[in-house]
Formats: sequence, C-alpha cells, structure tokens
Amino acid sequence: MLAKRIIPCLDVTGGRVVKGINFEGLRDAGSILEQARFYNGELADELVFLDISASVESRKTTLEEVLKVSGEVFIPLTVGGGINSVERAREIFMHGADKVSVNTAVVKEPELISRIAEKYGSQAVVVAIDVKKKENRHMVHTHSGKIPTPLEAVEWAQMVQELGAGEILLTSMDRDGTQEGYDNDILSKVSTSVHIPVIASGGAGNLEHLYDGFTRGKADAALAASIFHFRQYSIRQAKQYLRDRGIPVRL
Amino acid sequence: MIFIADYGAGNLHSVKKAFDYLGIKAMVSSDPRKLSGHRKVLLPGVGAFGQAIDSLNASGFTEAVLEHLDKGGQLLGICLGMQLLLGESEEMGVHKGIDLVSGKVLRFRSETDKIPQIGWNSVDLKKDCALFKGIEDHSFFYFVHSYYCEPMDSGDIAATTWFAGKNFCSAIEKNGIFAVQFHPEKSSEAGLRVLKNFAGC
Repeated sequence: MLAKRIIPCLDVTGGRVVKGINFEGLRDAGSILEQARFYNGELADELVFLDISASVESRKTTLEEVLKVSGEVFIPLTVGGGINSVERAREIFMHGADKVSVNTAVVKEPELISRIAEKYGSQAVVVAIDVKKKENRHMVHTHSGKIPTPLEAVEWAQMVQELGAGEILLTSMDRDGTQEGYDNDILSKVSTSVHIPVIASGGAGNLEHLYDGFTRGKADAALAASIFHFRQYSIRQAKQYLRDRGIPVRL
Repeated sequence: MIFIADYGAGNLHSVKKAFDYLGIKAMVSSDPRKLSGHRKVLLPGVGAFGQAIDSLNASGFTEAVLEHLDKGGQLLGICLGMQLLLGESEEMGVHKGIDLVSGKVLRFRSETDKIPQIGWNSVDLKKDCALFKGIEDHSFFYFVHSYYCEPMDSGDIAATTWFAGKNFCSAIEKNGIFAVQFHPEKSSEAGLRVLKNFAGC
C-alpha cells in the first residue's frame, strides 16, 4: 500500500540549516549534509531544502552542499527558493536535486511550470502554493506570503496541474508557525479537486496534527519543520504514532 | 563494471552516484559499441515510452542490448527502462517495445488513487530472486509512474505491489533480465542493496 510521506523541510542559506538553530540549548543545526544524514537515518521519506539566501554566492554554496547530499543520501531531494527560470532549475538538477519547488515566479509566469516539466518531467516539478483566508476564500499569496494575488487556491491548483506540475505543496499562511494544526478545510478541498499528490504544510505542532492532515485534510504527504528541528518528536516516532492509528507509513 | 546506457532518458547520474557510493565501478556511455565486453548493463529511464524506444532503436542500443543478452550478459531495467523490455505500451498510442518479456505496459485506472503513483510503496516478493537477496519481504521502495507492466507469463514476475486496486508487477526476473518499476537509486538502504545485488549476482 502506498505510504503517506513525512517530509522535513529545512530552511537553508549558504549551505547551513538556519531554522531552529540555537534554540533552547540546541546546538548549531549544522550543514545541509549533516541534517540530511540525520533525517535519512530517521526514515524521512524525502527532504526539502528551501533556500532563503539573498546572494548568488550563498546560493552556490547551498547547491554545493546539496551535491554532497545527493552523493550519499539516496532519497528524493527537493530544492526551492527563488527559482525563476529553466536555467536556474537546470543548475539545481545538475547539483543532484530530484525536484524543484517553484512558487512566486510561476504565479507571474505560469508557462514556466510547463517548460521545466517538458525538460525534466512532471515528477520533477513541485508547485508551492501559499494561501491566506480572506472572507471565506483561500487566496494565493506570493513573495513568502506577503503579496496577495487574485487567484483562489483550488482554481490555481487545477491550473498548475494542467500546466504539468507533478505535486502541490500547500501552505496555509494563517497556520504557518502557529503549531495549531494544518488548515484541513482548504487541504481537503485542494486535494480532492486535483489528481496529483498534495503535500500539507503550515501549522503542524504535534503528531495528531499530522494524523488529521492525512485523514481530514486528505493530504498525500505532510511537511513539517519546527516539530522535527527542535527534536520535539523524531520522524520515527511520528511514523509509529501514525501506523498505530492505521495510516500506512514506511517504517 | 556496470555499463549505464545513456540513450537520452534521464536519471543516469543518480544511478551512477549510487554505484560510486557503494564502491562499485560504473560507467555512463551513449555509445552502444562500447557496451560489448561488459557483463552487466543498466537501462535507466524517465520520460515517455514512445520517445524512449525510438531513441533506443535509433542509437543502436536495442541491438547492442539483445546481443549482450545473447552472449549471456545481464540487464537491469529501471522504471521506464523496465517498461521498454515488454512487448508493447499503450502510453500515448500503441508503441512496440524490445519484447524481451511478453506482455503489455498499461495505464493505471482508478477512481480512488491519484495517478501518477508518487511515493514509497511495499514490494511483495513472489519468487526467490537474486536482486532481493538480503532484503526483507514487503520492504518499501520509491515509485513515480503512471504506467505499469503486465507480463503474460506470471513466472517472470519477481515481485508485486498493491496500487490502484491491483497487485501490479513491480519487479521482473527472467534469464539474466532484471527489471524494477521503482527507483532503487532513490530508495535508501533497500534500494542500494538492490543495486549491490545486481552488481554481485
């Protein structure tokens, strides 16, 4: 039976993991490679690196670190952050990533999804969609949630699917960082209106939230950052919890 | 030395990296003439069947692979590289395959499961197969595909996997021909073991 996936997401810059470091006595979270080894050992199903670097130099260092990861951690690797051209995507694939995650640039230029998918296959294109609730409608936002667009979540999700996206990473901006759980309302709406997998993101604060994301939110995969970074839970522990409740996972 | 056939259809570098990591010598080449003399050939593949079989035929790799098998060589097909070994595929029109394994490549049809299948699924072993030596039955491997192989002779099926309401063939073994629908190069320890087994069998 196809397993539900657990995907830790790491914010990175200049080859270092920056989210969740130096927090409550935790040591430096280390390089991308160190974190990748750690999560691979914990049975993470995939890894997502979100490059928040501002400089070209820093991005280069990040990619060099991803290259090292792809030489010793053999699970799917996704890299996102500021990808605005096929050339940029190509550079990322050349450094060993299996998928790219695109967001702001494809709202401006939706055909970019098709251009990357035609060259590297749909399976290599994850479209990240950031949504905020406004008067009962979930509207798509760009630039890390700062800029609103006239696009509604379900409509945009169906559009990116048509353009060749292989997966959708749906983040609720309202829930992100709150640890109150995923927005299962919009998750299930999007998940049931497309035939490609939807990855839940934004708001996971405990293991029950992961369970709810799969059952009520109908997500195919769950992405989480803080609950894993702070070592509040291990991925193995999360998977055991889910398995005990009848969710198929790889353990 | 594992010969990885580069006929223009992706994912060769991650396969090469996996062999490098395992300390097993492997080479990537787009020249089918260089294939002779190697005992083990790997046929990777990502993309569409029609395009892949055309470039496989045009580049001379089809012939080289057939000759390789005639001489008692071994072959491992991965993902699309598995599907190409069958008689025909229904992916975007009917295309003829290499026909090393009788059967067809069909599209998943399901009202409940999302197509393509993306993610980790368990592989249920159907016979004793060198490829899965030391791997526990029902181990998980990483899949990405919309089409699956349906061999005519069930004796060719090495493993099956449950998806879209059926147990589809996820691995084949037949007289030196090995094939897997999943991506061993993306399936962590279990996947690396499959590649190691291929190299060592």
